[in-house]
Amino acid sequence: MSADTGSLFETLQQWRAAGRAAALATVVSTWGSSPRPEGSHLAVDEAGHFVGSVSGGCIEGAVIDAAAAVMASGRPQLLEFGVSDEQAWQVGLACGGRVQVFVEAVE
Amino acid sequence: MKRTVLAGIAAAESRRRALLVVTRLTDGAQCLLDAETCEGELPLSAEQLTQARSFLDAGRSASLDGADALFARAYVPSPRLLIVGAVHIAQVLAPMATAVGFEVIVIDPRGAFASAERFPGVQLSAEWPDEALARLGLDAATALVALSHDPKLDDPALELALPAPLFYIGALGSRRTHEKRLERLRAAGLDALVGRIHSPIGLDLGGRSPAEIAVSILAEIIQVRYRRERA
Repeated sequence: MSADTGSLFETLQQWRAAGRAAALATVVSTWGSSPRPEGSHLAVDEAGHFVGSVSGGCIEGAVIDAAAAVMASGRPQLLEFGVSDEQAWQVGLACGGRVQVFVEAVE
Repeated sequence: MKRTVLAGIAAAESRRRALLVVTRLTDGAQCLLDAETCEGELPLSAEQLTQARSFLDAGRSASLDGADALFARAYVPSPRLLIVGAVHIAQVLAPMATAVGFEVIVIDPRGAFASAERFPGVQLSAEWPDEALARLGLDAATALVALSHDPKLDDPALELALPAPLFYIGALGSRRTHEKRLERLRAAGLDALVGRIHSPIGLDLGGRSPAEIAVSILAEIIQVRYRRERA
């Protein structure tokens, strides 16, 4: 167990062992002030249960939505959130930073 | 993420081994890298491999240089906290440190203290501290606090801890208690190392209850850990 991932990978293994589809989101770049550093993880299952975090809570909803699409297609997505982005005003990165989040299905 | 990659990360975490996973962001292809091996469907150039190994050593997660959109995620062993003395402060400190991400082990050969009833869900060792520490190993990701107030338990633990590369060593006790402890440790030939002991233990938050003291101890451990990382 790592300090920053807790039992996230154990949880992922349990979900998969139980036959539940799952996806893993990872912060892969940050600019300016962003709440979670590069490498931060969020794991999501097919029912929308999630563990971990990729922000202070402001973009988790959008990432979980994208994760459902990634689970369905099996194709990874690279998401970007920031204040310069129209979408960001809706999902809101209040801190004013920008983040890129990679979302992949877990086989 | 392939099943083998997921299993590899989970195994590295449970075995306290460092691991780096490199992901190509255009298609999700990945490889797993440790000190000796590099496995997976993503081939790395010699330069990328060198940079990836440096990230592995530093425990750093970041993009690799170059136009290939490669992201490297380092997984490093969790910090460990060894608590000598299954006392009241330990009962609060153990779950708090667990929540912060430490692997916690409470060491106390006195069964009445180190009981599962007093420490639900906490890893307990009923060995004498010198035996427990020899078995567990004292690495640089480990902190030790001596809380028992009993020199028969605290002293042998400190004698083993002081020469080891632990990132934090703390001992509970008044200034007077600590002076006496220092005399004993100096007599045991550890004069050059006794300055490593944090005592009075914990940040000076002014709290007095066992839970408040546990907060100050944990706060100091976190502070020392990141201060050392920044240095």
